Amino acid sequence: MTTATDTTPAAPVLSVQGLSVRFRMRGGAFVRAVSDAHFELGSGECLALVGESGCGKSVLASALLGLLPGNAETAGSALLGGDIDLLSADEQTLARTVRGRRIGLVPQSPAAHLTPVRTVRSQLEETVRELTGTPKPDVRKAAVAAAERAAFPADHLDRHPHELSGGLAQRAATALALIGDAPLLLADEPTTGLDRDLVERTVDELKRHTGDTRALLMITHDLAAAERIADRIAVMYAGRIVEQADARAFFGEPGPRHPYARGLLNALPEREFTPIPGMPPELADLPAGCAFAPRCPSATPACEELPLLVDGVACHHALEAQRA
Amino acid sequence: MLELQDVTAGYERRAPVFRDVSLTVAPGEAVGLLGPSGCGKSTLARVAALLHRPDAGRVVIDGTPAGGWRHRAPRAQRTAFGVVFQQPRLSADPRLRLADLVAEPLRANGRSAEVADAVRELTERVGLGPELLGRRPHEVSDGQLQRACLARALILKPRWLVCDEMTAMLDASTTAALVAVVEEYRAESGAGLLAVGHDRVLLRRWCDRTVEWDGLGASPGE
Ligand SMILES: Nc1ncnc2c1ncn2[C@@H]1O[C@H](COP(=O)(O)OP(=O)(O)O)[C@@H](O)[C@H]1O
Ligand code: SF4
Ligand SMILES: [Mg+2]
Repeated sequence: MTTATDTTPAAPVLSVQGLSVRFRMRGGAFVRAVSDAHFELGSGECLALVGESGCGKSVLASALLGLLPGNAETAGSALLGGDIDLLSADEQTLARTVRGRRIGLVPQSPAAHLTPVRTVRSQLEETVRELTGTPKPDVRKAAVAAAERAAFPADHLDRHPHELSGGLAQRAATALALIGDAPLLLADEPTTGLDRDLVERTVDELKRHTGDTRALLMITHDLAAAERIADRIAVMYAGRIVEQADARAFFGEPGPRHPYARGLLNALPEREFTPIPGMPPELADLPAGCAFAPRCPSATPACEELPLLVDGVACHHALEAQRA
Repeated sequence: MLELQDVTAGYERRAPVFRDVSLTVAPGEAVGLLGPSGCGKSTLARVAALLHRPDAGRVVIDGTPAGGWRHRAPRAQRTAFGVVFQQPRLSADPRLRLADLVAEPLRANGRSAEVADAVRELTERVGLGPELLGRRPHEVSDGQLQRACLARALILKPRWLVCDEMTAMLDASTTAALVAVVEEYRAESGAGLLAVGHDRVLLRRWCDRTVEWDGLGASPGE
């Protein structure tokens, strides 16, 4: 189900195949946070991974960064640039060559991500020293340039994180994420808690930084933010990617093909504003068949069997859903 | 009627966040207050719900001026409000099981006898199954916890609801579900609503009318 685009070079920036993550709980139970995820990301591409809170999005991101807790078990592979498997790489490799250098992380709550007791300038300079070979006398200039790249105002460089508004803290975090010039940007809920204008500015900036040379994986529950910048959409439900689609087809015509994705869009206040009945299943107690069945208007006995992702959608009745 | 008259409020006497703001919500009316982050709308919402003492101005609830703030507010006025905030994790006691979280206002008002029935009715209404009621906040998702916080806000059957960015952290479906619960409650109780937020599309769809912070006559603090 690779959606190769003409801008994709030989090896995709990121190729995730059969990625699963489960957490071993006390008493031997498992929480299956991510099940069998497949997707690829080429340079110049922006993929938005959407879904409600708790569906496994952030666990997937942590898996790519090698930041899973000790009780996690993974399967599958996640090839970065065709040469390094993020799932089997050791911590030293991840710390020295991947995080910051090959994957730039734009965090969920920038204020919490920045070190509270140090100024933005000193954090930028430290990251410049760590990640680039900039000679000592040039570090200061490089840090100023890094701030400028993320539109962080130079006259705020000597402030501490708590002296920044949410928008400026977000830019400071983005500036840090860009220093290593990583080919993959990973943004986990980069707009939570920001107001609409700031959401738009933040995602526009992420898109701009992606340009033609990087790839962006944006994790979000904000469908409007996803619609604004994504080339492709992946919808996650109960740990599974249930639909992958071209963003324009998804938000416009012909619309989502998976009943959950359709329900999610219809819940928007600019659409029908009707919720999907019920709540997602517990990840510790997933059914054998389609996890959406108890909430699905199109469910039939066929849905007791797990639907595979075929042609971008994991649903036994995807076409009917689209026509309905 | 919920009336805010010439309210000045903030966190430092000499530098209030805003001055002279007035806003009225008619009985049964739903008013959406729109403004950028940091403008002071959350502060105003807390004043309206008697949770923050203003530096100047009056709050009049159904004809009676506010008799105090926070725990000093008269019980009848305090319990006239149900309040839901943006971040359920900051407003929910992490030690309480969800059932006790929802029941807390009843117990605090000496009405423990009603707990069993009321908790059952309200948790059903917000869509929380019995299997979740024994869990603590860290064992549920943001959406599930916010459902519990909304149930708690409704358990004393308030005449006024104040929702400050209630759905800002939530996905589209959970947002629509919680708004539907609020509207169902308002339809049967006649309660009024002050919903504060920055999502124009949402508040226009939800409320009878929306007002812009800039149109409230607020003069900046400093
Ligand atoms: N507890 C507090 N102590 C000091 N300042 C605060 C506190 N809460 C909010 N503020 C400040 O008051 C201003 C308005 O905040 P708030 O009412 O939360 O705005 P909004 O809801 O419009 O985002 C902001 O500058 C904020 O930093
Ligand atoms: S597989 Fe069946 S239950 Fe699952 S989404 Fe499709 S129609 Fe609904
Ligand atoms: Mg606020």
